[in-house]
Amino acid sequence: MSFELRAEKRLGGRVVTIDHVSDARLLALFGPSGAGKTSILNMVAGLLRPERGRIAIAGETLFDSHRKIDLPPERRRVGYIFQDDRLFPHKRVRANLLYGHRLAEPANRWIGLYEVTRFLGIAHLLDRWPDTLSGGEAQRVAIGRALLAGPRLLLMDEPLSSLDAPRRSEIMTVIERIRDELRIPIVYVSHEQREIARLADDVIALGDADTPTRPTDDGVIRPSYSL
Amino acid sequence: MTSLSPDEWQVILLSLKVSLIAVGGTLPFAFAVAWLLARVRFPGKLLLDALVHLPLVIPPVVTGWLLLIVFGRTGPAGRFLEENFGLTLMFRWTGAALAAAVMALPLMVRAMRLSIEAVDIRLEQAARTLGASRWHAFLTIALPLSLPGVVAGAVLGFARSLGEFGATISFVSNIPGETRTIPLAIYAALQVPGQETIVARLALVSILLSFIALIASELIVRRRRAAGSFHVL
Repeated sequence: MSFELRAEKRLGGRVVTIDHVSDARLLALFGPSGAGKTSILNMVAGLLRPERGRIAIAGETLFDSHRKIDLPPERRRVGYIFQDDRLFPHKRVRANLLYGHRLAEPANRWIGLYEVTRFLGIAHLLDRWPDTLSGGEAQRVAIGRALLAGPRLLLMDEPLSSLDAPRRSEIMTVIERIRDELRIPIVYVSHEQREIARLADDVIALGDADTPTRPTDDGVIRPSYSL
Repeated sequence: MTSLSPDEWQVILLSLKVSLIAVGGTLPFAFAVAWLLARVRFPGKLLLDALVHLPLVIPPVVTGWLLLIVFGRTGPAGRFLEENFGLTLMFRWTGAALAAAVMALPLMVRAMRLSIEAVDIRLEQAARTLGASRWHAFLTIALPLSLPGVVAGAVLGFARSLGEFGATISFVSNIPGETRTIPLAIYAALQVPGQETIVARLALVSILLSFIALIASELIVRRRRAAGSFHVL
């Protein structure tokens, strides 16, 4: 499955651009804060409208400025894992998990509640309130909630940044398993080289350089600029 | 103090009817205005904000007089309502409810606006990416999370309606059984020597009603998990 990300958007004084076609299992957007990484994810999710461009997943167009196509977020089937978990505070874990699942067309649901809770190890949390969860637990529930909505593509915006070191490696393992076992493509935003080296098989470096850098044969990622 | 007389019961029930109708009728409108002020940018926003708050700062008697001009028998809105719906407001309990609603509006809008502003828009964005339409995200996320503010606004509005005096007496006068609410009955009783016990009993009832409303709203708010905490107490 390939996805096409071409978008341009003026934000404040700068222009955020991306022009990339990828069939990566995990495409990393890499760059310093302020480079527009989150804006790009928001454009893919439909939360921010690009001025120009075309965004497509597996041949289905989500946005095309020429053909005047702009699907609303709820029709894009793009799962979004945010920096913070953004769980709904007035719903228990179970209701959070099922929020998107119930809204999805039955044909589009490719994973069920039982599978998700087993996959993420969150079955014991179902009756808890979000504000009683630890950071790692909350992020796993947020991932489960996104998977249950039946997405075709996952967006992850620095999903490890609010976690401590042990939780980081735990969630990183979860992300690897989503990539390898569930086989859903992921666009992953980070400014941590080590995360990207471990997770990504395609990298776009944002910032002053806009030339994408691919992993070299020895698997080491050498972005075209360094932090 | 002995128990309440039939006349006093009539006053109390009329007060409750007027206040409940005033708050219930204003609630959707107040929420819509609060939503506009909290979430939408549009030209003339400051003007709407000021207009809504006007009843809070101008003398209530002036508000009542303005209602008389607009909703009186010869006023533009008054004539329209009477000809098309057979609805008369002047010197009727419906007019008392309208006066109470206008006076309660600013308090209701303020409380609701604060709690709408406290709802994290990013939660609604998360809901959209999970497949919720704008409307569904509003109903399942924004509305329940701002509910404490709605309850707080309703209670403040109810208490304000129960206490309404100036706008009511100048718009619909002080007619027993029709527009004589608790404050107006207390005022009338104060004009006649020897009715101190009536004044005391009605005063006690009005304190009690407001107190119960406050406690009830606090209990409702405490039961919910919501953005921020918008306690009246």
